[in-house]
Amino acid sequence: MELIQQLVNGISLGSIYALIALGYTMVYGIVRLINFAHGDVFMVGSFVGFYAVTMLGVGFFPALLLAMAACAVLGMVIERIAYKPLRNATRIAVLITAIGVSLLIEYVTIYLRGAQPEAYPSTLLPERNLELFGVVISGQSLFILGTSLVLMVLLQFIVHRTKIGKAMRAVSHDAEAARLMGINVDNTISATFAIGSALAGAAGVIFGIYYTKIEPLMGILPGLKAFVAAVLGGIGIIPGAMVGGLLLGVIESLVSGLGYSLWRDGVAFIILILILIFRPAGLFGKNVREKV
Amino acid sequence: MKKKKAAGVFFSLMLTAGLMAGCGGNQPSGGSAGGSGGGGGDVIKIGANLELSGGVASYGQSIAEGLELALEEINKEGIDGKKLELVKVDNKSEAAEATNGAIKLISQDKVVAIVGSATSTNTLAQVQIANDNKVPLITPTGTNPTITNKDGKVNEFVFRTCFIDPFQGTVAAKFALNDLKVKNAAVLIDSSSDYSKGLAASFKEAFTGGGGKIVAEEAYVAKDTDFRATLTRIKSANPEFLFLPGYYEEVGLIVKQARELGLNVPIMGGDGWDSPKLVEIAGKDALNNTYITNHYSSGDPDPKIQEFVKAFQAKYNKAPDAFNALGYDTAYFLADAIKRAGSADPVKIKDALVQTKDLQLVSGTLTLDENHDPVKSAAILEYKDGQQQFKTKVNP
Repeated sequence: MELIQQLVNGISLGSIYALIALGYTMVYGIVRLINFAHGDVFMVGSFVGFYAVTMLGVGFFPALLLAMAACAVLGMVIERIAYKPLRNATRIAVLITAIGVSLLIEYVTIYLRGAQPEAYPSTLLPERNLELFGVVISGQSLFILGTSLVLMVLLQFIVHRTKIGKAMRAVSHDAEAARLMGINVDNTISATFAIGSALAGAAGVIFGIYYTKIEPLMGILPGLKAFVAAVLGGIGIIPGAMVGGLLLGVIESLVSGLGYSLWRDGVAFIILILILIFRPAGLFGKNVREKV
Repeated sequence: MKKKKAAGVFFSLMLTAGLMAGCGGNQPSGGSAGGSGGGGGDVIKIGANLELSGGVASYGQSIAEGLELALEEINKEGIDGKKLELVKVDNKSEAAEATNGAIKLISQDKVVAIVGSATSTNTLAQVQIANDNKVPLITPTGTNPTITNKDGKVNEFVFRTCFIDPFQGTVAAKFALNDLKVKNAAVLIDSSSDYSKGLAASFKEAFTGGGGKIVAEEAYVAKDTDFRATLTRIKSANPEFLFLPGYYEEVGLIVKQARELGLNVPIMGGDGWDSPKLVEIAGKDALNNTYITNHYSSGDPDPKIQEFVKAFQAKYNKAPDAFNALGYDTAYFLADAIKRAGSADPVKIKDALVQTKDLQLVSGTLTLDENHDPVKSAAILEYKDGQQQFKTKVNP
């Protein structure tokens, strides 16, 4: 029974990682940029949702949409100001810029509202727990898992079935050739950032509801874990991010469940190192040729 | 080209002259402040090195409110015609910043004593500096025993206003055994906090010494958000009681997640729980059947406490928590010593602090023992619908 409960715990933790990893992996798949500011966009989304609920008094869905919209705009602004001028720069320069942007977002938030934590109102989603044979499944974690799955399917649909998705795949393949074929590369990249950041915003609101406590530095660790999840599944592959996230959550829960809770974060990063050594393309790396 | 250069030289000369004039202008006031050493003039400067932002900002801000209220009252009469002035620095809830803050207070502001910090870890970061510079350091709420006494050696210049961890842990163990009548307990520790480890160690000693059994012992690290896996493991050990010494941010989440997983046993912690944020994070329902040991309770009918509660209400429009009370008490503790020392010399103040005896404060009657630790009583509070209720008082 305990093992099943641990699996349930792991899946609900993992679906948060998956939700953040989706946006991460998508941006990487198309622009080949590890956007370290993604975890902080997630944090901003969480705060936008919080203020929408507490100050504007809106319900869950309007708050979610507002957070997604705000993050989409933020994502595009970050891309235009920080990444676009570096489009032809070395990869390391862009990576360092991403870390700088991440710190900038964190400390601007602290400057604006202070570092004290905030508690999400508990009335937003009904708290209902399912109990099956002594295993407790919280209704909220089912909801998170459902949201992640829906968003993954939606993302797959956008990337593979729509015109903008086609443009994204073309840019990812060869930006110069895409430009020659009449694709507006800048707009395509902006759209990628908008979608990826909107996903981070959604994850932020859902995280707030599930874990209650939000604070300006909350994006760092989930952001890194989402990165591990994306690499685990094969960075740039959307279903890979989903599976990687869930797997990472389950592994972490099992590690804690065995009584090694202090090793949990360590194990996550050991997995990252092992994957990079033995299977750098990730679990799903070989099956898919086109990385989007 | 030449003209430009000439203009450049001219302007830079002007600028230098301006700067020098500025310096000259400042000299007299700077000189007098420096010369007074914080004590010779008509103000006595007291430093406050507190967690005004960061992870445990709520503690630092509460202490600052208590300090300010007390200084306002003390300054109505002053001490030998001198006013006390508070110089605050923010240590951002980080030990390294606390060290920097202490250095700044001593070397730049020339304070006669430092109040702070709220947590044991951040206070420990300043102990060496206080001893080396011979400036008294008083922590209002740092409860770890090694703050005042490390390896059997008393830190000469370090004091505190609160009781120490072993006392809190022992009181909690006695309460669990005698009042809640539980036989076995689980312990969940914040392994990154000296405070949490100290409480847990004394709890375990007193609990097993009194015939109880520890059935599970787990740990987490500050800033974690998901404790479900660890709590599931604790639940499967079937404890009757969970001892959870930690700080409110994580404690709030742990209590919430424990109740979600159906771990409905009584949970108890120390003064680290005491923050209004705890109720917001955990939720009122989850907090039912939880207890804390604390320095004082605003619900205590003692007249001295009620007088303080009234004054605090009038200034801040809310009920004071234990951090407010200890901040307030620390100011009086220090003011009393300055008065008895008859001087603003840090070493003389230290000597007066050592001799503090039967000083009537809000959080009890304070007498220092040979380790500079106060001997005073603890209150046990219970959370009912998000409100702290005074349960009982335990004497040492």
